[in-house]
Amino acid sequence: MSGPVSVLGRRSRARTVALIFLTVWLIAATVPFLWTLWGSFKVQADFFSREDWRNAIFGVNTIQQTGDAFTGDGYAGAWIEREFWRAALNTGLVVLCVTSVSLMVGTLAGYALSRSSRQYAFWLLIGALIFRAMPHITLVSGYLLPFFELNVWGVLPTAIVVLVAINQPFTIWMLHSFFLSVPRDLDESAMVDGCSQFQAFRLVIIPVMWPGVITTGLFSFLLAYNDFVVTALLLNQDNQTMVPKIASFLGTVQTEGAIMYAVAAVVSATVPLFVLVLFFQRQIVGGLTAGAVKG
Amino acid sequence: MRTKVFLGFVAPSVALMVLFIALPIASIVVQSLHVEHPRVLEEVETCSPFGGCTTELRVDTTATDSLREAEPLGRFAGLETYLNRNHLASAEIGAILRDNDGPADVVARIYDLPFYKALAFTLAYTFLVTPIAIVAGFFVALGVTGVTKGLRGPVIFMSLLPYIVTPLIGALIIYWMTGSDGIIGATLQVLFDDPGLHLRASPVLTWITLIVYGIWHMTPFAFVVFYAGLQTVPSDTLESAMIDGANRWEQIRYVVIPHLAPLVTFIALILLMDNFRVLEPIVSFQAEAHATSLSWAIYNDLYGQADQLFASAAATSVLTTIGVAVLLMPSLLRTWRSFRERGARS
Repeated sequence: MSGPVSVLGRRSRARTVALIFLTVWLIAATVPFLWTLWGSFKVQADFFSREDWRNAIFGVNTIQQTGDAFTGDGYAGAWIEREFWRAALNTGLVVLCVTSVSLMVGTLAGYALSRSSRQYAFWLLIGALIFRAMPHITLVSGYLLPFFELNVWGVLPTAIVVLVAINQPFTIWMLHSFFLSVPRDLDESAMVDGCSQFQAFRLVIIPVMWPGVITTGLFSFLLAYNDFVVTALLLNQDNQTMVPKIASFLGTVQTEGAIMYAVAAVVSATVPLFVLVLFFQRQIVGGLTAGAVKG
Repeated sequence: MRTKVFLGFVAPSVALMVLFIALPIASIVVQSLHVEHPRVLEEVETCSPFGGCTTELRVDTTATDSLREAEPLGRFAGLETYLNRNHLASAEIGAILRDNDGPADVVARIYDLPFYKALAFTLAYTFLVTPIAIVAGFFVALGVTGVTKGLRGPVIFMSLLPYIVTPLIGALIIYWMTGSDGIIGATLQVLFDDPGLHLRASPVLTWITLIVYGIWHMTPFAFVVFYAGLQTVPSDTLESAMIDGANRWEQIRYVVIPHLAPLVTFIALILLMDNFRVLEPIVSFQAEAHATSLSWAIYNDLYGQADQLFASAAATSVLTTIGVAVLLMPSLLRTWRSFRERGARS
């Protein structure tokens, strides 16, 4: 039997301990999301129940206040009254642009880095690693004043360009390691046949690189979707995306019941991520390990 | 690849990184050496027929604006911002060291200074979450290899969730559950039979909650990398260890762990970088009274439309960057050494 199965025997104490640990972990990893999803259809008095936590499950107050055990009031309040749909649209736009531009710029650089054995290619990668370590907020504090001066603060294109740039170090590292796995003979023979380097890249390499490009694209998507710092500080109120919008709910939801708007918004923003992991689990696992396994 | 072609390929990416990563770093250094112009005040004398004349101070908006427009960076201040109370607080530290009631008093009073408070939590968070998440991820990976093949897909899916979900959102979900009217918070009150127990009331409990959140968020990353590593454990080595009489734990200790050791360096590097920038959980937990981080200090200076403290944020940013450099130094030195060795050999 190969590898992992034989690490833990079929019936050993080690296996039992590991499985108990795994069960505890799985409960910790999933229950918070299920709990919040369930609770988002209740009223505040149930989800944040002072008397009895079981109220959140059976919805005692929800039945009293709305006549039904489930209510969509939180969703209606968030999406319509507080115009969460606008934030969702902005997020969609930002994420789409960031992912496509990141991939366009990143594949070019990643390919060149994988095909050059010069010293400067090595140093460029090390530089990118250092850039990868920079906390995003330190960079944002460098942008604000120049962006005010140039009058480009607050609009979506600015946030998109910044997110693409912040994304680059990670993108070129990942694509570089994927391109390394494509044999050099492929583009070299294309060039012998008369292709330029760019034609070889465009017509020969990219078609066999789709899996790597998709994986990298997923991570660009996640970075743009999950970002809080850049979008919270570089976008004005009208252009807010979902994550800063949710953060802004918190300051204003002291009124009774309005905190359920935030709960509904949180669930709404989490659903696309769940769908993404559901469909692209293999690519995400592959991407997270790409850096480690290949160097 | 020829240098000219190489440059053509990398130009867009390098241009973006120079413009939006390298230049901002230069920009914060320059900004941190300046301070904003104060508002220009003017004395205005108002006289009324009966009450006589009174003079009052008013903000001269036009003068203020024109001054700020002429020098948007503000006045050159040198290291003034770095040394003030909100940053390195050199004068305050000097006073504390000259006159104190023993080491405990020194620590407590230094911790009261905003920068050191943020630094303390950032370091505690980074150096507790990183190793614990690595160990937890290892055990989750071991557990997953013990699950039958058909269940592994769903188990991996569930395990990934805390890492994939937006940090601000994941932290909010935990925050709502740990509040005194959330399920975990209320259950803890019952368990400890203490109706006054609030996870957010004391600094210690706030720190613990944030660190537990951090472990919850980061464990999946360590898990996935270890899980991939476990797929490649050489089975003949394991078998020979078994024949030599090694029990399960000994096999893990002497075969599996050495095989995974190189991965630990990689995971630790990524986790150190990501944990050092901790910000979202503090925003979500509204924990700033008891726990702040370097990133939070910068965020706090910049957030809001009016009165952004650019100089203060820039100074903290520079200090944070120095922190990142120190954090990365060991692995950079190692890379440099192995690069030189490779160069010497070829």
